[in-house]
Amino acid sequence: MHAIREALAAVRRAPLLTGLSAGMVALALYVVGLFGLATYNLHQALTRVEERVEVVAYVRDDARDEEISMAEQDLLAMEEVEQIRFISKEEALLAAREDLPEFEDLFTGMDVNPLPASLEIVLRPGFRTPDVVARVANRLSVYPFVEDVRYGQEWVDRLYLLQRIGAMATMFLGGAFALVAGLIIGTAIRIAIFARREEIYIMRLVGATNGFIRRPFLLEGGLTGLLGGILAAAFTFGSYLVVSRAVFQLDWMPLDWILMGIVAGALFGVIASAFAVRKYLREV
Amino acid sequence: MIKFNKVTRDFARRGRALDEVSFELRKAEFAFLTGHSGSGKSTTLRLLHLADRPTSGEVRVCGFSSDLTSDREVWKLRRRVGMVFQDFRLLPGRTARENVEFALEVTGASRSEILPRANRLLAQVGLSAKGGARAEELSGGERQRVAIARALVNEPQVLLADEPTGNLDERASRGIMELFRELNASGMAVLMATHDLELIRAFPSIRTLELSEGRLVFDSSLSPAATTGGS
Repeated sequence: MHAIREALAAVRRAPLLTGLSAGMVALALYVVGLFGLATYNLHQALTRVEERVEVVAYVRDDARDEEISMAEQDLLAMEEVEQIRFISKEEALLAAREDLPEFEDLFTGMDVNPLPASLEIVLRPGFRTPDVVARVANRLSVYPFVEDVRYGQEWVDRLYLLQRIGAMATMFLGGAFALVAGLIIGTAIRIAIFARREEIYIMRLVGATNGFIRRPFLLEGGLTGLLGGILAAAFTFGSYLVVSRAVFQLDWMPLDWILMGIVAGALFGVIASAFAVRKYLREV
Repeated sequence: MIKFNKVTRDFARRGRALDEVSFELRKAEFAFLTGHSGSGKSTTLRLLHLADRPTSGEVRVCGFSSDLTSDREVWKLRRRVGMVFQDFRLLPGRTARENVEFALEVTGASRSEILPRANRLLAQVGLSAKGGARAEELSGGERQRVAIARALVNEPQVLLADEPTGNLDERASRGIMELFRELNASGMAVLMATHDLELIRAFPSIRTLELSEGRLVFDSSLSPAATTGGS
């Protein structure tokens, strides 16, 4: 109870200092929030592109329905395969007409449909990597009714590379941003505690236990971090709205990301307070 | 009550601050600790408060030994030893009463007893009428009285005072000395560091310990031959 009362009293006694500390924490976490927003949208964009990774097997005109159907069942048994779509010759022509309206005259004048039927194999998430795609393509190519297999190897390779670069950048840049945010939060909390070092001194002097002295400061650090985290989430949401309305539509981050950021702010505050108080506890 | 046994304190930069200092202070005894600046007075008080540890030798205060009391247990000693300073060290922006209440609260006094005890302590130091005044609004003598009231919250057995009259005029200094004498008469041991020789001369019955360059050179309770060249 004393810890809560003292922490709240400290905020009341020096609202400007608390506000400045929370503001510094908020700005530090805002940068992390913007990075999170950018990372999340990049990840979403790559996921959407990745969903289009598929292997297409072109079927000979003389292929029998039974052998195609048996191959479908065989392929669906593979854990990598999520779905198989059979596109008939007619559906292929229809799609070509829709996709390429500039060649409509050519399509109309044709006596025979030159487009082959095909099997479009959609892979499960997590299996859309170059080696898996190549393995599935190889498996398809052994069927006698398959004339050709295409999957855009170069494109899949590039996408995979892009994803790996994205993951590494997220890890290192995110780590660096988090570290800088941690240092800024630590400094903000240290400044706030420096202003109250005399209280710590007096408490030690009259015989308060270290735990008793520490608790209100840890709570105050946690509250400052929490407030900073909430402000940072609000700033990030504001930026998301501005960009979505004025530049291009973004996806908002999942709730657990936001909660994680706010909790991290509170945690940083508690840890920074613990270090700062420890310094002054040693002095008396 | 207090025992300094061949206490030496060396600092990396300053060198030796205390050199095999030994003395005792009994229950309800009053002593001045005097000497020039840098003679080791403040180091002695810091050691008595276990804010610092001797390089060699042992400090014993109210049954707590510097050899056996860990940093985690220092608070137990601090509740038996009150401490006041030349610069008062009151919390700015708070009233006299709030300064005393703060000390009571952080040492675990219950909510219901904090206010009456704070008022009682302020009355004891003669500041009943000034409880609501902010620390900045008080005179030097009044601030020191608040600091003394704060030092008394745990009803200590020993009161350590580091140049408590250093920032006060003669009248206020006399008032603080009278207060210390009253506390001493009630059974509290008082060790007061001061370099005010006039004050010391004004109270010839009070024992005087003199430090010079970290050595105890005079103890008025011993025969002159027992110390080495006192003032």
